[in-house]
Amino acid sequence: MSRGTKQKLAFALLTAAAVVVVVPVLLVAGYIIWRGAGAISLEFLLSAPRHGLREGGIFPAAIGTVILTLGTAIVALPLGVGAAIYLSEYARDDLLTRLIRMAIINLAGIPSVVYGLFGLGLFVLFLRCGTSILAGSLTLGLLTLPVVISTAEEAIRAVPQSFRVVSVSLGGTKWQTIRHLVLPNALPGIITGVILGLERAAGETAPILFTVAAVYLPRLPRSVFDQTMALPYHLFVISTQVPGMPMTLQFGTALVLLAFVLSLNAAATIIRSHFRRRRSW
Amino acid sequence: MVTGAMPPASLQPPPEGTCDAMTTTAVPSKIRVENVSFAYSNAEALRGVSLDVYPHEVTVLFGPARSGKTTLLRLLNRLTDLLEGTRRSGRIYLDGQDIFAPDVDVAELRRRVGMVFAMPIPLPMSIRANLTYGLQLKGVRDRALLEARVESALRAAALWDEVKDRLEDPASSLSGGQQQRLCLARILALEPEVILLDNPTSGLDPISTSKVEASLHELKQRYTIIAVPHSVQQAARIADRAAFMLGGEVIEVGTAREIFTRPRDPRTRDYVEGRFG
Amino acid sequence: MAIEQQAATHAVPVARRRRLRGETAAEALVRLSGISVIIFVVLVFVFLAREGIPAFFEVEVGNLLGTRWYPTVGRYGLLPLVTGSLLVTAGAVLISVPLGLAAAIYMHELAPAWLREILKPLIEILAGIPSVVLGFLGMIAVAPLLREHLNMPTGLSAFAGSVMLAYMALPTIISVSDDAIDAVPRSYRDASLALGANHWQTVCHAVVPAARSGIVVAVMLGIGRAIGETMAVLMVTGNAARMPDGLSALFQPVRTMTATIAAEMGEVANGSVHYHVLFAIGIVLFLITFLVNLLASVLMLRRGTRRDQLLE
Ligand SMILES: Nc1ncnc2c1ncn2[C@@H]1O[C@H](COP(=O)(O)OP(=O)(O)O)[C@@H](O)[C@H]1O
Ligand SMILES: [Mg+2]
Repeated sequence: MSRGTKQKLAFALLTAAAVVVVVPVLLVAGYIIWRGAGAISLEFLLSAPRHGLREGGIFPAAIGTVILTLGTAIVALPLGVGAAIYLSEYARDDLLTRLIRMAIINLAGIPSVVYGLFGLGLFVLFLRCGTSILAGSLTLGLLTLPVVISTAEEAIRAVPQSFRVVSVSLGGTKWQTIRHLVLPNALPGIITGVILGLERAAGETAPILFTVAAVYLPRLPRSVFDQTMALPYHLFVISTQVPGMPMTLQFGTALVLLAFVLSLNAAATIIRSHFRRRRSW
Repeated sequence: MVTGAMPPASLQPPPEGTCDAMTTTAVPSKIRVENVSFAYSNAEALRGVSLDVYPHEVTVLFGPARSGKTTLLRLLNRLTDLLEGTRRSGRIYLDGQDIFAPDVDVAELRRRVGMVFAMPIPLPMSIRANLTYGLQLKGVRDRALLEARVESALRAAALWDEVKDRLEDPASSLSGGQQQRLCLARILALEPEVILLDNPTSGLDPISTSKVEASLHELKQRYTIIAVPHSVQQAARIADRAAFMLGGEVIEVGTAREIFTRPRDPRTRDYVEGRFG
Repeated sequence: MAIEQQAATHAVPVARRRRLRGETAAEALVRLSGISVIIFVVLVFVFLAREGIPAFFEVEVGNLLGTRWYPTVGRYGLLPLVTGSLLVTAGAVLISVPLGLAAAIYMHELAPAWLREILKPLIEILAGIPSVVLGFLGMIAVAPLLREHLNMPTGLSAFAGSVMLAYMALPTIISVSDDAIDAVPRSYRDASLALGANHWQTVCHAVVPAARSGIVVAVMLGIGRAIGETMAVLMVTGNAARMPDGLSALFQPVRTMTATIAAEMGEVANGSVHYHVLFAIGIVLFLITFLVNLLASVLMLRRGTRRDQLLE
């Protein structure tokens, strides 16, 4: 085989690989939309499941996912941004910093089901939060923390050093400089990072299995100590535990979950590109 | 040295007597640099520098690149604090107060001694916000006062007429020369006592350069100015007093006339006459 | 002297003192947030240990190392779960590494810019699809396909799990490989082309070898991702806790460590032996992923790559 033929063959294989990677993504999205769109109606979105989940809608699960996503943000945002500020503005190259960095890498690698165990052990049982929105949000917040820290740190480091020097030379203290100059300019990047973290948290099932998720709870939660339904867990339950479950409802649930998660992704992308275009440095 | 042994000085009246005794003129020095040595973590930058700077004069620091001019300016408002692993000895007095004394309010020092950098660095905000930034950090909330300072600072920096109708535009939309004058105005809005100018005309066209130079003559009526010029010619045009620096040392200090017409040190003479550097 | 010092301290204006205090408080707070990350890792370990270590006292080692997982009759053999996880993960790596590397090379070397702009978001979408959705589709669509075309009794098998995991690991593998290829100095490429090699030979003999360590990192991270994945695996592997017997096991139902925890934790009594053993499995998972990620990060830091890639 000549060099040229070999190259042609190799490139054909590479192209095929890219097709094999990407086409299923389109198929997955297309298939879910195709089979699920029929289920989508106001009734489906705004009513609770009935008759052993086989009828009705997904309202409590959808609201539960929104609540858990907000709860995750409340936990991960301050901690994540705080840690990112520490790492980018204060940390020296010392043992503590290296330990923190190792801890972040470690946290990022912990399997989501292990987060679930941890949440059960610490929040649900030891701290007596019970199976609750509080325990679930804390668990998901920790899971999200590494993504938030790393993207926030990157955004903060992207603010040119010269701005900091100018701010200090105008009589700004270190914290004033961070507060009034660095953070406002890093904000779009930070928000992007947080949303990407939430995107992951919103779709997770394993961490909420034992910390917050309810199989069936037709009313909305009343406090952070309540359980709640959630879309990912609801999809798991209706697709594996409920015999005779109508397919449209399953696909409809999958579609809503996918749409929610991907709209978070889209929001992050839009914010990122919008501010990239606008910023002057 | 008497001053060296003084306690932290913020409560003390400026020890003018001590200063007077050492200076040649009757006017007390605004800034006194006393035997200062400084090293970055990886390089020595200043060795035994002593210098007196007098109010209402333009003092010029000139010399070849890497001779320590920028480093000396950075020390005067303690921007060197931002770096790690530096070593410093000697003392610097502002109005007789040791600026490195432990009880000195560094932020206040930097408002009193303002710095314009070689490159214009507008903050990523509006023209107006650039001017009020320092005041707001200081805690000034009074809108009328802020407005008044914006206008007076822009006027003093000869920028008012060009930007008065577009104060909300991003500062980055200004031309390079305008940006540099904005940086000057940003300092002036804080009503400092000393202005440090590190090669402020380096990137500017001749017209902007002469505007900046012209404004110096106005400014020194109110402020003490220390400037690093971008050429010997510019040094001669703007200086009342000049210090020639070489290899981290001040070789010779004197009035502009002395330094540029009959320098005593041969190295100064060579540099002024363009024979090296 | 001492008195003067004190006087000086008192003379510090109130506003400045307040600012100084704010300054110290702010630094303390952000430092605490940083340190909290270390604390969380320690807490995760402590609470896994607290609930899991008792298992090693309550269940004999021989039982734990056994090949039978029947908690209802007191058989807690972890081997079928561990081998199940390894089998599914190995399958996933065998699929996703060549595929991901090839796709990364394609995107980097062959795809025109406009196509790259389409491919990248698609891969991001793939990374964003919740694992429960992939598991659902795997159950509904992939498993039946496998059953028909591979003539299996049920499509729910280790292989189905591997396919799911492969796709979940692909975004990580592609993005890290892409960065590794990107980091290969131009001069390598130019030197190869100057020696008369064609594009493919250059990619094959100059670019990929130079990016090798980065690609190894991609593989490690892919493994870390795959071994910890839960929902998709739980839904498509058929969940039979049995020892794999040879290659054919790939096409039979298996059960992974993660799936076991997810499936059984809801049904056990807190503090029971079964409960403790499930936490013990969590410890094993924690340690495996810790080692894999540590290795990846050491390799990555040695290459001087940006560490944030680790987290994607
Ligand atoms: N931030 C820095 N870190 C380390 N060394 C520096 C830094 N800034 C300047 N130097 C060194 O200090 C010396 C004096 O530099 P500088 O004060 O910038 O001189 P000038 O302004 O006269 O050109 C030079 O040798 C330079 O390399
Ligand atoms: Mg300089």
